[in-house]
Amino acid sequence: MKTWNKIKSWPLFLPVLALLIVMAINIIHDAATGANPLSFFMISLRNTTTSGTILYGRIIDIINRGSEVAILAIGMTLVVSASAGTDISVGSVMSLCASFMCMMLAGYGVSSTTTLAVPLIVGLLCAIVMGLVCGAFNGTLVAHLSIQPMVATLILYSAARAIGLLLCNDLIVYVRNPSFAFIGAFLGPIPTPIIITAICIIVVSLMLKKTALGMYIQSVGINAKASRIAGLNSKLLIFLAYMLCGLFAAIAGIVASSRITSADSNNIGLYLEMDAILSVALGGNSLGGGKFNLAGSIIGAYTIQAITTTLYALGVSSIQAPVYKAIIVVIIVVIEAPPFKAFMNRWSASRAAAKGVRA
Amino acid sequence: MKKKLLGTLLSAAMVMSLLAGCGGAAADTAADTATAAVEEATDTAADAAEDAAAEVVEDTEAAADAVEEAAADAGSSDGGLISIGFAQVGHESDWRTASTKSCQDVFSEANGYDLSFVDCDNDEAAQKEAVRSFIEQGVDYIIIDPIIATGWDTVLTECEDAGIPVIVIDRTIDDSDKYVSWVGSNFLTEGKAAGEWLKAYAEKQGISEINALVISGSTGASAQIGRSDGFKEIADREGWTILDEQTGDFTEAGGQEVMESYCKSYEGKFNVVVCQNDNEAFGAMTAMDNAGVAYGPGNDVILISFDACTAGLEDVKAGKISADFECNPLAAPFVEQVIQQLQAGTTPDKEVYMEEHWYALPDQIVDFSIDGAAQTMTEVTDDVIAAQY
Repeated sequence: MKTWNKIKSWPLFLPVLALLIVMAINIIHDAATGANPLSFFMISLRNTTTSGTILYGRIIDIINRGSEVAILAIGMTLVVSASAGTDISVGSVMSLCASFMCMMLAGYGVSSTTTLAVPLIVGLLCAIVMGLVCGAFNGTLVAHLSIQPMVATLILYSAARAIGLLLCNDLIVYVRNPSFAFIGAFLGPIPTPIIITAICIIVVSLMLKKTALGMYIQSVGINAKASRIAGLNSKLLIFLAYMLCGLFAAIAGIVASSRITSADSNNIGLYLEMDAILSVALGGNSLGGGKFNLAGSIIGAYTIQAITTTLYALGVSSIQAPVYKAIIVVIIVVIEAPPFKAFMNRWSASRAAAKGVRA
Repeated sequence: MKKKLLGTLLSAAMVMSLLAGCGGAAADTAADTATAAVEEATDTAADAAEDAAAEVVEDTEAAADAVEEAAADAGSSDGGLISIGFAQVGHESDWRTASTKSCQDVFSEANGYDLSFVDCDNDEAAQKEAVRSFIEQGVDYIIIDPIIATGWDTVLTECEDAGIPVIVIDRTIDDSDKYVSWVGSNFLTEGKAAGEWLKAYAEKQGISEINALVISGSTGASAQIGRSDGFKEIADREGWTILDEQTGDFTEAGGQEVMESYCKSYEGKFNVVVCQNDNEAFGAMTAMDNAGVAYGPGNDVILISFDACTAGLEDVKAGKISADFECNPLAAPFVEQVIQQLQAGTTPDKEVYMEEHWYALPDQIVDFSIDGAAQTMTEVTDDVIAAQY
């Protein structure tokens, strides 16, 4: 009982529980259809002609396909914590960074190429710089001009994708080059996006653990005025959070565009800002700013992908899929809502009391 | 009040026509005709105040005819150019860009046209405004690629009142028939073509059982509905199994993710993959590569795609896509035929289907027919790819 209470009070208990519930749906489905109940979780090695021997399985798909949202969730968590608002421009910024990069790699006005016009690293740096510029723009509006985060980021939400289209001369730019495709393909047996996500998570966690940055951001989010009086540069910290969010949007854009070796400005990162915000919420973080739990957000991101992959695996028709997705999300959000938690605590307390009386 | 407003409008119209006349070479003729039109319109206005509604319609038509004549005269005074207004959807894909370019090439000044082009950026209100500005300009013909299918009746009535024939291309208008012709692709035929080709090809290869996976386009898009229904019709007739149909939203990323899942759910159970556009096919190919599934001519899995854009045809030539069914973006030559029919005074067909090609490599070319009409397939060569949009 004591260990159970300990587990229950673990901050990641509910996000992990939500992820496990989604996974469990697959076990039930596989068992009901007479397949191996654990087939969803099977990971095997597979020989391919294009990428050599690679890891193969639904779990790999979830971790691989969830990369973009997981990377976005890192930046979104920081922004939510520091400014008590969301950056709704990340999906469009992803698309802009990807378009800018592919435009540089292919050359302006070229719609399809197999050779790179500039070295790959230049293209990647262009995307990252573009992401930082967008982040700085959002950061300036929010931190220095005190504009509501949603309104401030609404500007790039609507404009960034259009700028990307202009950069690409209104075309889908195909960069069918193996060194570029590598970012969205495989490093040895492991999908490269997984490795990129892991590096992002490790670097940010170290930064938050080893420096006081995490604490500073949280204190600014809890009370910006008090933090400033206590000697923190609140504006700079909020600005920094948005810069980092822009940076991660750029990295997510690079991954998304490399997967399809093209800059599809209309579709890259479409609606992903919503998934990123949802993963922060599913991770048990308050969208009101202040305390945050990065691991929760990342688990939230993979939960969203697990739902998508599960719906594919169940063969749910794509017209109905959003309905099921909504039902699952509603259940998870209700489970994690504070009043529901309080209700459960009261319920278990009264049960314990009743037990005590009987004894 | 109404009369006052009408008077203001009419005087404005007179000033406008005078201004227009000043700019032209044959100022007198244009001004005269315009004045005649205005006079007749004034009569109409007087009638309108007194007479029954039925008569008004007749007179309005007369006025409209006069305006049309005036416009035609003004047109001929500009060295015989036919003026055309084109309200395009936007520029969201290579296909759309090709469609725009086709119109700009065909309706060039060298060919005797004066084209006003408006890119409406997927904004339906902007598109209706564009059409109204064409009416004000007094163009001879209006071409619309409607962003949405409904809400057109008022605007098209305005066009009709102004006597300007409207030609609709690509997408359809559902709530009004006040246009001369619709020019576009027959998606149902495209879907049937894919089915009939597969039947003939499977017979030739001695494949007895077809287990197909479909990656469909954006749910509810006319291209998705037509291609799904057409293919399904043949599949049902032949008793094929369609294992699954999920949407890839016409994107490469969507095609990749759906195929990745298909490869796991239906491992070793499928021998046909139908992608409803080339971008989805690109994604499906990557996913099959990563699952170790061999596809294309000579392999286990037959890959069928639609659209036949340049990049798609390159993959047909490279022996990856087995057959590619075109969705022709080059509507302008067909629109020109309609305009020529109208100029000659004949009535064009209400629905004009564009000629489309079915592409494959020689080994995959088989004879088949759709609803009894024999089809010829086009062999993919470098020249064909270079000429494609």
